Amino acid sequence: MRNFWDPFREFEALYREMEQLFDQVNPVRRIFGRITDGPLSASYPLMNVGEDKDNVYVEVLAPGLNPESIEVTVLNDQLRIAGEKAPLKTDIKPEAFYRCERGAGRFVRTLTLPVEVEADKVTADYKNGILLVTLPKQAAAKPKQIAVKVN
Amino acid sequence: MKNSNLPTKYEKQAVAAQEKTRTLTPPVDIFDAGDALVVVADLPGVDQEHIDINIEKNVLTLKAEPSTRVSEPNLLHEFVLHPFYRQFQLGELVDQDKVRAELRYGVLTVYLPKVAEKQPKKIDVKVG
Repeated sequence: MRNFWDPFREFEALYREMEQLFDQVNPVRRIFGRITDGPLSASYPLMNVGEDKDNVYVEVLAPGLNPESIEVTVLNDQLRIAGEKAPLKTDIKPEAFYRCERGAGRFVRTLTLPVEVEADKVTADYKNGILLVTLPKQAAAKPKQIAVKVN
Repeated sequence: MKNSNLPTKYEKQAVAAQEKTRTLTPPVDIFDAGDALVVVADLPGVDQEHIDINIEKNVLTLKAEPSTRVSEPNLLHEFVLHPFYRQFQLGELVDQDKVRAELRYGVLTVYLPKVAEKQPKKIDVKVG
């Protein structure tokens, strides 16, 4: 119960409003802004999650990973994705850089799945810098069509 | 109502047109490797056939069309892939015939070899 006036909450609301305003002015920031922050950003990598009646699909936007470093684990309803964005070769002098925006490093992100999945049948494909994880739903979690009797 | 600030239908059309031509700016690393400039760009979801690299009047243009599309993200929607577009003004003269590029795991690397500097030519004077 927050009955008293909280200046920090006011600041938070103001901050959110400003963010939205900037997003309107520059749509690229809204969509791609967090990618440019690189692996060190709080919600890296970005994900799209969708479902149909059989599967849950998780698309992870993560270009330039070491394929050997990608780890996908499922425990109950928790999906954990870890990996490493490969750094450039290290013999480049810092003063030789004109632009340095991509970033590199290790990341971990966990996601709570909406339904129970068959952990043994989960597949993951890494193609063109996008990781696609397909998680088949457990039979109990699939929707059942119920016939309607008409009298 | 002459000085109304309300958006007119023409402005709506303009927004729609903007939506259609929306592009993403890919993050890049650019560095000098001595004999060449190297541009590294993150282009997730792009096939090799859908990349267009062009150099004209010392301006490097990268265009790419992402194609990966799996399912409708009806639970969580954090990214949208639009065509990628970015231009760079090149300071050094680039040998256009020797430019090469490779795409690996959604990362494009473009090598732009510099034109070898012309050495002053020495002319022998024959005294006859």
